[in-house]
Amino acid sequence: MNWLLVLAGAMAGAPLRYLTDRAVQARHDSVFPWGTFTVNVVGSLILGILTAAAPSPLRLLLGTGLCGALTTYSTFSYETLTLAREGARGYAVANAALSVVCGLGAAFAGVALGRALWG
Amino acid sequence: MSTTRPGTVTDGPPPQTRHPGRRPVARGQGPVVCAVSLGGGAGAAARYGAGLLWTTPAGAFPWTTFLINVAGCALIGVLLAVIGELAAPHRLLRPFLGTGVLGGFTTFSTYAVDVQRLTEDGHVATALAYLAGTLLAAMAAVWAAATATRAVLLRGSAR
Repeated sequence: MNWLLVLAGAMAGAPLRYLTDRAVQARHDSVFPWGTFTVNVVGSLILGILTAAAPSPLRLLLGTGLCGALTTYSTFSYETLTLAREGARGYAVANAALSVVCGLGAAFAGVALGRALWG
Repeated sequence: MSTTRPGTVTDGPPPQTRHPGRRPVARGQGPVVCAVSLGGGAGAAARYGAGLLWTTPAGAFPWTTFLINVAGCALIGVLLAVIGELAAPHRLLRPFLGTGVLGGFTTFSTYAVDVQRLTEDGHVATALAYLAGTLLAAMAAVWAAATATRAVLLRGSAR
């Protein structure tokens, strides 16, 4: 049952990341990977809310499954490397720093929000 | 010169959308979305299984998630270097393996929330080591893997 929850969440989370990335990337002209940045920050916020006190099945479905697959470290690091390789060193550093700072901020905010929400 | 009556859909220019020139992001994406979904499920299942096999005690350095993320970054470096050298890669190869499997396997949210949890529990040094260590190791892994794979492929094609 636990496996099914993780699987179901991930099978929704991964395409959600793909489509969000496409939608975000279609709306700006900069080389900055705002799409991956968006899913990583939003996913960190949701996981923070869930870990505060959500019941276990919900955490497996939406946390381990959905948020785990919605967010990504591999694409984040590859896009950062690509920026550095293509001479956009400043953007590469900004992407790494901004993703980590905003992702962490979202996680802290999520936990605080979750505690208020779940009591 | 024909005149267009308001409300006519059979002639005249297509109805203006709010963002002219932008096509819906999901149009024609069915097979890709399915490939990403299946791959994402497989990657996440592997991550969940690894977490069950190697559980991280509270307050300890989250080695399992660390290794998952670093390995996933190395693998995407190899994968995209190989796909870059293929003459005609299958159009679902990158969505399935890259966006799907490796995207579902690695996770940014667990990384961020683990740092939050370690900090709150007073393990600030571990949190900082994990925060910086994952970032540095992930960048080093994707760079080294992509560079090494390209070098091997170039040597192979030069023969």
